[in-house]
Amino acid sequence: MATNPALAESSSTDEFIKGLWRENPVFVQVLGMCPVLAVSNTARNALAMGLATLFVLVMSNAAISSLRNFIPKQVRIATFILIIATFVTVVDFAIQAISLDLHKALGAFIALIVVNCLILGRAEAFASKNPVGRSIMDGLGMGLGFTFGLFCLGAVREILGSGSLFGVQLFHDDFQIWVVMILPSGGFFTLAAWLLVFNAYSERKARRLAGGEEVAE
Amino acid sequence: MSQEELLALPPPPKTWHMYRALVGIGLLGGFLIVTVFEFTRPVIERNHAEALRQAIFQVLPAARSSSSFRLLETGGFESVNDAASDEALVYACYDEERRLVGFAVQAQGMGYQDTIRLLYGYSHAEDAITGIQVLESRETPGLGDKIETDADFLANFERLDVSLVGDLSGLANLIEYVKPGMKQDPWQIDGITGATISSTAVAGILRKSSAVWVPKIKQHLDDFMGAE
Repeated sequence: MATNPALAESSSTDEFIKGLWRENPVFVQVLGMCPVLAVSNTARNALAMGLATLFVLVMSNAAISSLRNFIPKQVRIATFILIIATFVTVVDFAIQAISLDLHKALGAFIALIVVNCLILGRAEAFASKNPVGRSIMDGLGMGLGFTFGLFCLGAVREILGSGSLFGVQLFHDDFQIWVVMILPSGGFFTLAAWLLVFNAYSERKARRLAGGEEVAE
Repeated sequence: MSQEELLALPPPPKTWHMYRALVGIGLLGGFLIVTVFEFTRPVIERNHAEALRQAIFQVLPAARSSSSFRLLETGGFESVNDAASDEALVYACYDEERRLVGFAVQAQGMGYQDTIRLLYGYSHAEDAITGIQVLESRETPGLGDKIETDADFLANFERLDVSLVGDLSGLANLIEYVKPGMKQDPWQIDGITGATISSTAVAGILRKSSAVWVPKIKQHLDDFMGAE
């Protein structure tokens, strides 16, 4: 198994942090856009979707990592999907047991976690090559980063589109809501705005680093 | 690729190992899914029953208890205890003194995105629909889902006329959808601006369902009294 020298030096805390910020699945890798755009119309839905994905990601990373020497390369994709689909079905039942309202709100998108490319991506790129502990940290970091990204979109869209946050009215009745924000197109607008913020920030940081230390890569 | 490089490639896996991985993980996954399903099933069923119970008391505020009834082929109704989940049922509702106060009926039809399933309350004494509750809908958030939240729209169903013709064979006036603010008759439903399709769908579902169920219920009121 080829070990990436950069990975060998990083600690499991780094694996956790990288998903949260440096390689954030939504804002940096721009992965798993289907639920990001579709279920981020309210903060509550976004958070629930993020947590469901987090659970599936951690469990599938743990399972795939512990079985990685047992799965021949030729059948790995089929096996990964089998493992991911198992945990998604479990989450589906769990959400129905916790709250039917929530299940109603997330609708078909729970089942679609199976094809969230973030999860298969982490399985293929990380969990199938790394030990269990680090894979779990990677899943936790990526899952929380994904939840954070979804929440950023959901909060903005709910505040502007419904004038509320977590269902709590924020503005006076006179506030004219931006209906477009809760429609699909609002998802694209909000995502674009967040990507702009993130890219502007990382560019400024890179420039400051290059200017301050005069390091050219 | 040279001969040495070809030889250096890892040997192909044994067929048995590939079967073992796929079948083994499939078995484990199947076992896990069925276990979780069996474990959560009673809770999920309880949630569904509770949601239905809540909805019944919402559409008929005077109700304190309810019993399920099934339509017989002969036209009458009989009480059921363990109904199949997909069966068309009528819920007869009673007050504290077990007097019949009305009925809750499930109805469904196509909305803008997907099927809308709703429950409506029918009061045989008032000859009117007394409320609706949407049980299932995937209407557009912020627009179509106003059918669940818009106060003016829901006010249509506080007393929506479904009185019957003299011999109880059918409705005197079928429920009608009208443009927002145009309601004149007690059997008309004012639509919602920005949710035209969804509110028309609700009106259509109610028109169809009430035309079928209301005459049948009214003709066989005695069947429900027997359960008192």
